Amino acid sequence: MDLKTLTILFVGASFALYIGIAIWAKAKSTSDFYVAGGGVHPIANGMATAADWMSAASFISLAGIISFIGYDSSVYLMGWTGGYVLLALLLAPYLRKFGKFTVPEFIGDRYYSKTARIVAVVCLIIISFTYVAGQMRGVGIVFSRFLEVEIITGLLIGMGVVFFYAVLGGMKGITYTQVAQYCVLIFAYMVPAVFIAIQTTGNPIPQLAFGSEVSGQGIYLLEKLDQTVMALGFTAFTEGSKSTIDMFFITLALMVGTAGLPHVIVRFFTVPKVSDARKSAGWALLFITVLYTTAPALGSMARLNLINTMQPGEIGSVDGNLKYAERPTWFKTWEKTGLLAFDDKNNDGRIQYYNEKNMAYKTTADSYGWKGNELKVDRDIMVLANPEIANLPNWVIALIAAGGIAAALSTAAGLLLVISSSISHDLVKGIMVPNITEKKELIIGRVAAAIAIMIAGYLGANPPGFVAQVVALAFGLAASSLFPVILLGIFYKKTNKTAAIAGMLSGILFTMTYIIYFKFMHLELNNAEHWLFGVSPEGIGSIGMLINFVVAIIISNVTKAPPQEIQDLVESIRVPKSI
Amino acid sequence: MSSKENREAYWKANLRLMGVLLAIWFFVSYVCGILFVDELNTIQFAGFKLGFWVAQQGSMYVFLALIFIYARKMNALDKKFGLEE
Repeated sequence: MDLKTLTILFVGASFALYIGIAIWAKAKSTSDFYVAGGGVHPIANGMATAADWMSAASFISLAGIISFIGYDSSVYLMGWTGGYVLLALLLAPYLRKFGKFTVPEFIGDRYYSKTARIVAVVCLIIISFTYVAGQMRGVGIVFSRFLEVEIITGLLIGMGVVFFYAVLGGMKGITYTQVAQYCVLIFAYMVPAVFIAIQTTGNPIPQLAFGSEVSGQGIYLLEKLDQTVMALGFTAFTEGSKSTIDMFFITLALMVGTAGLPHVIVRFFTVPKVSDARKSAGWALLFITVLYTTAPALGSMARLNLINTMQPGEIGSVDGNLKYAERPTWFKTWEKTGLLAFDDKNNDGRIQYYNEKNMAYKTTADSYGWKGNELKVDRDIMVLANPEIANLPNWVIALIAAGGIAAALSTAAGLLLVISSSISHDLVKGIMVPNITEKKELIIGRVAAAIAIMIAGYLGANPPGFVAQVVALAFGLAASSLFPVILLGIFYKKTNKTAAIAGMLSGILFTMTYIIYFKFMHLELNNAEHWLFGVSPEGIGSIGMLINFVVAIIISNVTKAPPQEIQDLVESIRVPKSI
Repeated sequence: MSSKENREAYWKANLRLMGVLLAIWFFVSYVCGILFVDELNTIQFAGFKLGFWVAQQGSMYVFLALIFIYARKMNALDKKFGLEE
């Protein structure tokens, strides 16, 4: 069967599965719609959380980023997994004990204030929309590449499927489709990784292949990769170029941001018991770690593969580089998408791929007659084209398409749900019409989900230029706004409403201002020389978080302590047993 | 036995456990994976430099262990203080 038919078959089958689950798991009550009735098994919730968490970016871009920046990418690997330790120890069990439906609801009740609840809703919507736009874009790209349809058609199909199971099933539908999506995406990720690990090192387990010798060469993979990239003027794979302080703060912002993302937190509202919430976080991290420990292995092998393809002969020899006319088929396919581009700067008909930005390397490059790097490679290609580069069968490539779409849809659905529940439950029921019937609230939740999907689709089709950057920054916003006030709400009884509101506002405003200043207004100043304490916009959420903590703690100490019933509430969420 | 003192003792035990686990969390990721990565990189283990391996693989295994240890120990604490759900 040809690739296109196979892809349609795989993607179509996965969609049929998701829709089937949606019909089976229709939400009948608001509790079903918001928290899947609170009856999800901790292992199932772990899988759903993993799919919810791992977005198109994790699936498509992570290995690519690792393959090009090596050690520096550890900020993502540790940042996006270490946050689960914070979640499991500091937030999930207590929020589960609190036992309501949304994150703003906790903030509103704990800080006995509608204003605090509204501020939390605004933070949640800013965080979630920046995040979801990137997901819809991912759906569009996967569709357009693998099914050869327009991005917009791909988007509409994706929106249609999410619409079906998110609107109909709410959290219940989303949970069980996410379980299925995790299975699809992890299988799709591991199959090519195992094949490539065998090809490169003979060891089928990518995590072990990462530390093995390259087949028949008697040299370790990482050593070989370091030598190869350095011979072409790049930074060694196992060394970094980011400053230590920036590494530190980016990792912190990503960890805390992960723990503060509303669509991840609410997943822990769906398990039956407090002890399940703790356990479930462990399962979630286990399922995530499978992909996250594979990604560096995959990235390193893909980089070596790519260089070996472009540079089959000795570096610097006249015929050491691949002739453009003899380029492989996958090269031609991906040239069409613009993710891969060749520009013959020295007119020798061969492809030179090296680090032209390295001034120390320039004399070497000149002596070879190289006039600049001739290959533009988009990092996303490392996962998407990997099976083709490694000559894997067509069904593996079709699998990647289904996996990429599963990753994007599962995250988008989770985000859309927290957006719609913050509207129907926090704004409409919580503030505007407190005595609304459950039936009406459910209808409003569905309508809000439908509208949110349309807005997300629009953003995916017409991405504001900054979307891709902002997705990474959503973590900083979550770290600086929601995380500190939730944490203080549990661990520091004295925190009162003024403190919480001032903390959230100062944290998110500081972080947003810093990001907007460097990312949109003064891009030319965006370098270590101008950054506050040498912390980049990606890491500034850590400072925003500290500001939030400091402001909230100071205000709590100079103003009136919260009322007795709130202090009792804090006491009660600290223990699993109801008192 | 859900008196105030009992709950306070439970909470203290919880905080102590949390403190130990978070110290390990910080040590592995920030101290080994970032601050002293160059020093650790002088140690070779299988095909890896140790610091690099911790940052890209080992830290995640430790995170995983920390959560499961916490979940287990807390179940025991819940029982010991008679505060399980």
